[in-house]
Amino acid sequence: MSRYLLPLGIFIALVLLLGVALRLNPRLVPSPLVGKPVPEFSLELLRAPAQTLSRGDLTGKVSLLNAWATWCVECRREHPLLVDIAKAGKVPVYGLNYKDQRPDALEWLRRLGDPYVASGFDADGRVGIDLGVYGLPETFLVDADGMIVHKHIGPIDRQIWETEFVPIIERLQGGSG
Amino acid sequence: MVFEQREFDDAEQLERYKTLTYELRCLVCQNQNLADSDADLAADLRREVYRMIREGKSNEDVVDFMVARYGDFVLYRPPLKAKTVALWTAPFVLGIGGVILLLVQLRRRPAAPMATSLSDEEQTRLDALLGKNDS
Repeated sequence: MSRYLLPLGIFIALVLLLGVALRLNPRLVPSPLVGKPVPEFSLELLRAPAQTLSRGDLTGKVSLLNAWATWCVECRREHPLLVDIAKAGKVPVYGLNYKDQRPDALEWLRRLGDPYVASGFDADGRVGIDLGVYGLPETFLVDADGMIVHKHIGPIDRQIWETEFVPIIERLQGGSG
Repeated sequence: MVFEQREFDDAEQLERYKTLTYELRCLVCQNQNLADSDADLAADLRREVYRMIREGKSNEDVVDFMVARYGDFVLYRPPLKAKTVALWTAPFVLGIGGVILLLVQLRRRPAAPMATSLSDEEQTRLDALLGKNDS
């Protein structure tokens, strides 16, 4: 009887290991940028090409940087929540309009509402690469020093917002007064 | 394979471009490398690899650039780190372990079995089966 225990034990361990691994989402690649400062960048604004959005705009307060595009279906699903977050006024939301067409993006904001204090227009995706963007939407939580504190890949829903973002934001904002 | 027109100063740059795009993973279609992937991001990253090679950056520079942005995940050959020790050693440990287990099992098994004689009772049964009860 006991001679079967070892193979059985190995089998059970393997099943558990594979069972856990099956539940992981391989699409979620942890970003090495979390805990690092937002890289230097400068982009013309979606609405005003003459003006720029840069790293400096994100510092001095806790803020969100949301990478989005009109060709991104999940971004559309996420959009109403961003509008709500912007309305609540606790955290300013900045946009990174990634590899998009300007007229399309402007039309999107006109129809669905514009939650962004400003959106940088990243036509060729070069800033996206510096931010490690690989699957829209992606949302970065940036602290007052311009450090990336948290990154969420994929659309944020209310639950993710309440559990992943709000506690960090409250801690950061509470700390700075 | 996705082909884009690229011009290099020499064959060595071309080789490096091939090697790098072959060994860097596309993040969108995760089981393809940059060279094979049709994804938009892969095209952008190929462009970055190309640009850096033309700028005279070394292979390490290119790899560091990618890892800084996307993590070790972009490498098809993950580096040996505390976190990846198991990954690198498991095949050897399992292989050698298997061989040892096999040897132990083989040794334990008697090489020339059945050299023993039958007991009287067994001999009687054998005779019975062979139809020797008459004799």
